[in-house]
Amino acid sequence: METLAPPPALARSSTSRPAPPAWLVGAGLLVALLGLLPIAYLIIVAGSSDGALGLLLRDRTIGVLGRTLLLAATVTTASVLIGVPIAWVTTRTDLPGRRAWTILSILPLVVPSYVGGYAIVAAFGPRGALQSLLEPLGVTRLPELYGFPGAALVLTLFSFPYVVLSVRGALLRLDPAYEEVSRSLGRGPWRTFWSVTLPQLRPAITAGALLVALYALADFGAVSLLQFDSFTRAIYVQYRASFDPTLAAVLALMLVACTAGVLLAESRLRGRARYHGSGGGARRSVTVVRLGAWRWPALAFCLIVVGLSVVVPIGTITFWLLRGLAAGEALGLVLVAALNSVVASGLAAMLAVLASIPVAVLAVRHRGLLSSVVERATYAGFALPGIVIGLAFVFLAARFLPAIYQTLPLLLVAYLVRFAPEAVGITRASLLQVSPRVEEVARTLGRRPGAVLREVTLPIIRPGLAAGGALVFLTAMKELPTTILLAPTGFDTLAVRIWSATSEGFFARAAAPALLMVLVAAISLSLVLRQERIR
Amino acid sequence: MNQLRRLLPIGAAMALVLGACTSEPAASDPAASDPASENAETGTVTIYSGRSEELVGPLLADFTDATGIEVDARYGDTAEMANLILTEGENSPADVFFAQDAGALGAVAEQGLLAPLPEEILGAVDERFKSPAGEWVGVSGRARVVVYNTDTLSETDLPDSIFGFTDPAWSGRIGWAPTNGSFQSFVTALREIEGEDRAREWLEGIQANEPSVYEGNNPALDAVIAGEVDVAFINHYYLMQRLVEDPDAAAANYFLTDGDPGALVNVAGAGILNTAENDEAAREFVEFLLSEQAQEYFATETKEYPLIEGVEPDAEMPPLGEIGTPEIDLSDLSDLEGTLELLQEVGIL
Repeated sequence: METLAPPPALARSSTSRPAPPAWLVGAGLLVALLGLLPIAYLIIVAGSSDGALGLLLRDRTIGVLGRTLLLAATVTTASVLIGVPIAWVTTRTDLPGRRAWTILSILPLVVPSYVGGYAIVAAFGPRGALQSLLEPLGVTRLPELYGFPGAALVLTLFSFPYVVLSVRGALLRLDPAYEEVSRSLGRGPWRTFWSVTLPQLRPAITAGALLVALYALADFGAVSLLQFDSFTRAIYVQYRASFDPTLAAVLALMLVACTAGVLLAESRLRGRARYHGSGGGARRSVTVVRLGAWRWPALAFCLIVVGLSVVVPIGTITFWLLRGLAAGEALGLVLVAALNSVVASGLAAMLAVLASIPVAVLAVRHRGLLSSVVERATYAGFALPGIVIGLAFVFLAARFLPAIYQTLPLLLVAYLVRFAPEAVGITRASLLQVSPRVEEVARTLGRRPGAVLREVTLPIIRPGLAAGGALVFLTAMKELPTTILLAPTGFDTLAVRIWSATSEGFFARAAAPALLMVLVAAISLSLVLRQERIR
Repeated sequence: MNQLRRLLPIGAAMALVLGACTSEPAASDPAASDPASENAETGTVTIYSGRSEELVGPLLADFTDATGIEVDARYGDTAEMANLILTEGENSPADVFFAQDAGALGAVAEQGLLAPLPEEILGAVDERFKSPAGEWVGVSGRARVVVYNTDTLSETDLPDSIFGFTDPAWSGRIGWAPTNGSFQSFVTALREIEGEDRAREWLEGIQANEPSVYEGNNPALDAVIAGEVDVAFINHYYLMQRLVEDPDAAAANYFLTDGDPGALVNVAGAGILNTAENDEAAREFVEFLLSEQAQEYFATETKEYPLIEGVEPDAEMPPLGEIGTPEIDLSDLSDLEGTLELLQEVGIL
């Protein structure tokens, strides 16, 4: 049963596992069913198509699918290689300005990919800003950015924070005892990291990597700006050019099949080991690794990554703003849109965190067919393009629930379906680090399972819950297609404002909402980080 | 955790309040609206606008000022709004679909979701710019142009016909946006005017020149200004808008003449849904779009071509008569399927 044999002290956990309480199963099933609704819609629509098989088997479709999977694999690998080191240096070392680097390395999540893509093209396109700097040296054109390299670069720059956020949580919860034992047995810091720290981070790394992979599969903005013909772009072409929802549905179902493949791969990778220490919730602070001379390469690494993923987009937006102001454009205030963004994303974040709890508890504490089906079902929404999720809820609500159609609660449900997996992954990884013995002790002291969850388990994993909530908050804030399709009529968000302006070339008017969105994101992140009380 | 528990009821309450707020206008009594209005039928008209709020928001406000009819506007991409209406079907809360291109209006009309417009609306506009069954009407015109980089080219370097760009001399110098609706309408026009074989010839000729593919008209324009490509095939008003923000942009519009398909004039237009709850207000809105006030707005603010007699386009744009747009009805451009098939066969989409 064990693919990775953990030390015996870790592995011996509850042998007689009680059945999960009914309310837990019910809540988990509800979340899973919501997640499966878009797939039900796709099956209904695809069922009415003719000639769908021809489209499925066309060489081009298969080719596009293959290249899209390659893109997802590349982006995921690159994100892990960037995200894990950043998470480590910002949590476990004496790197100067750790808190600032932490915020800056998570901030790219809030940059909409159509803005980020635009900025990268403006900076590094064949005749972008970098080229004009190099012009005196005789460089008339930079090497081709468009296509696979550009799409991989942009997607990596704006999705590696998934790995940072998920891994840093795990690093903060890590029981330092194992590292100390390793050090006292004579292993150096480097070998300790590879043989003790890294294996314990495995669930968190795979949780983050999974989100990156699915994000890369579903993204439309970056791939279309960078001229990469991905599978999601093919789905959009069906909707936009031929107004044909049936063929789009067939393609989207293929994407669902790919997601299933990715999830299967992930469940192989994540292993079956448990990662909790034997102790309780009392945390000792970990020893800080002194970087010494290594601090310079570490700083340079952070600087490059943050420069590309934060400074370049913000610089581009600021340039739009200044250019527009110089030409006499007025600066529009967008406070209502900002408030709407904060309220809708904030509520979505709370809902998603709440929904993640039963799913994660089932998956970690009550392993079995049911719980793994429930957990995987919640991921369906994340890998589907936003337009599919949006139209699925339009279809179902306009027909069957007109009373809630185009209301905020329905929009929140759609956000939940899109973004719950972001919270599920982190909550699950956090829970894996909590010993069930702590809960068993509470049970023997007479607490009912619900009370144990509320009073013991959740407080221990609070940093994980906060991180998951932050993820959902940031990504819901930049969400566009579902918002356009499902928001109450006239409900303006910052993302809608930015898109509405850039799509018609009013770049100056996009600048204020874009900068405001980054500001809101930075403030909320620093609030979340304060909760963690890291040194 | 305590914090989370404290926040939860607040969040739930907020959701309820907001939900209530947003559904309120629909439930409120229409008679309660502005009593100062002279119109008997006030109320609210729900508009699905495929045109951005930046472009037409002020115009919708003008409409409310003029008629006292409140507007509930839902803004989005034209294709997404069309898909929204198609998905909602009979249950659509929309009264009017205000679209950026005729193709999207045609797709909604084809599903039988648009009601025929009254003659007094249809009569205001030339035959070429409305649907033959009268289900939608064009309200402003946008011309296809070749936008070129003025640092590397002057107008005399450009060919007289769109077919001139298939010359290998243009290899690596062209930008286009083949997923864009206006581009696809142009290809449909090309097929109608020149025939299937010539259209394929043109597409293959351009494809052989290895054009850069952009996501839309603005990225293509950016590429021309930056000198990434020398020319791009887009609509005329993108550059005019850009020059407002960036007066030094090194680009100019080139209008093809003599009925060349490259000078096709497309329209933004509107149709009324046959499930419209407030079809009287909807009709007034479409009428308003063809009023002198609104047509002046299109001419001066969005830099499009007005479509009614007596309103002149922006002085910087050549009049429609001068560019000699191809003699073709936009309703003849309904064979989008054929165009998409052709684009896919040639390997462009």
